[in-house]
Amino acid sequence: MSTPASAALRKTALNALHRRLAAKMVDFGGWDMPVEYSGLIAEHMAVRTGVGLFDVSHMGDIQLRGPGSLDAVQHISMNDAARLQVGQAQYSALLYPQGTFVDDVIVHKFSPNDYLLVINAGTREKDYNWVRSQASRFDCHVSDYSDYYTQLAIQGPKSEATLQKLTNADLSQIKFYWFTWGTVCGLPNTLIARTGYTGEDGFEIYVPSDVATSERVWNEVIEAGREFGIVPCGLGARNTLRLEAALSLYGHEISDALNVWEAGLDRFCKLEKGPFLGSEALQQALAAGGPQKRLVGLEMIERGIARDGYRVLSAQGEAIGCVTSGSPAPFLKKNIALAYIPRDLATLDTEVAVEIRNAPVKARVVPIPFYKKPKKQSATAEKQPVQ
Amino acid sequence: MSYPANYRYTREHEWIEASGKSASVGITDHAQDSLGDIVFVELPKIGAKVEKGKVFGSVESVKAVSDLYSPATGTVTAVNEELTTAPEKINADAHAAWIMKIDLADPSELDSLLTAADYEAYAKEETGH
Repeated sequence: MSTPASAALRKTALNALHRRLAAKMVDFGGWDMPVEYSGLIAEHMAVRTGVGLFDVSHMGDIQLRGPGSLDAVQHISMNDAARLQVGQAQYSALLYPQGTFVDDVIVHKFSPNDYLLVINAGTREKDYNWVRSQASRFDCHVSDYSDYYTQLAIQGPKSEATLQKLTNADLSQIKFYWFTWGTVCGLPNTLIARTGYTGEDGFEIYVPSDVATSERVWNEVIEAGREFGIVPCGLGARNTLRLEAALSLYGHEISDALNVWEAGLDRFCKLEKGPFLGSEALQQALAAGGPQKRLVGLEMIERGIARDGYRVLSAQGEAIGCVTSGSPAPFLKKNIALAYIPRDLATLDTEVAVEIRNAPVKARVVPIPFYKKPKKQSATAEKQPVQ
Repeated sequence: MSYPANYRYTREHEWIEASGKSASVGITDHAQDSLGDIVFVELPKIGAKVEKGKVFGSVESVKAVSDLYSPATGTVTAVNEELTTAPEKINADAHAAWIMKIDLADPSELDSLLTAADYEAYAKEETGH
């Protein structure tokens, strides 16, 4: 199951370090990435209760600069980037004209003429080509900076205390889905964003992607987090953490065959901002009565684990949908899944079944996210990114 | 991790320890390490007939499902119910955490299975280190 990297796989600057740490490596969308180090459950729990460190350098970074950059971002993405202030980020998505997904992205506003889109690893080339072609009629320059950055995610309730030791920036002043620049590990002008993909408080930092710098920063973060029990975390925990938080994964909950309404991402789609790629089709879909299927959360009632691709059955036993992501939830200690099912069955507490090795296993529709991080006492870092 | 010399092994990563006609079956340390944290074991039923090379249950980690293949033909005489509530015992000591006990139809079937040395070499090759 843990297979050696083939020469064709791409590697982050931290690849040798992961191997020295004896991480189990997997091919993730063409990247040779760590799936786990000490154990998935321990890594998952560290992020929920302390702090964990992830190498997410396989993510892509596309920058749009120039007087037409805001217009370009507004055209290619579904959220309203005009509402962003400098230093603020938003969850959004790139859509095809039919209202389905090219990818989901985080849009960062660096300045009125400068935006950074952070995109998925497996869709990097597709996204870059798409953005370049769709933004070509605007007065802006599109650059792919993906290979310039090592992106580290420091996630968990102790992430602020960990990272604060390594930077002059006052992290307590950064709200959730905002960012700043500061000196981190002696590196000036480092992008520090209070973002992540774990459903937990956390930061993502972007440092130069040479091996020496990347390894030094990684080691300094580990050292800073030692008193909080920091552990390196792999893509396995990243997936179970995001699933507990019901965050979408491209190729699973969102794809080029699913539209925004089906995926339940309405609150990040701002039709009122004016026309953009996909808006017309989405308006028509609404006028036609809305989505026929919806993404729902399922919790297994009977013993059994739903997995990606398993069929969902009605209480009467007919096939009604499909699991997009399913797994044990290490923190919640339940077996959970996200699935598409017909709209008229997508109501809370509806009993369905998941077909596991040819046998129906009972499940019910539950609210998502399955997990919500506890509210902080302080005023910062508790707002969800709903702008 | 050493592989007990008195066990026999399958290429699907089960071990079997026989004493006369009765035998215990589990998964190897290599298998538990590849799977990661084990969270679910589907046990066979007592009295069920199992057949050499055929699926008799499954084990699931957080990440993946893996079928269990019987190393020999026989009848299930006991299942390790403890694994229902504490499947992590397989991670802790795979070669002690038996999954089922069977009454062997033909003890000589085990002769065709891998020895500890053969299995260890096979597992190493599969991991690539």
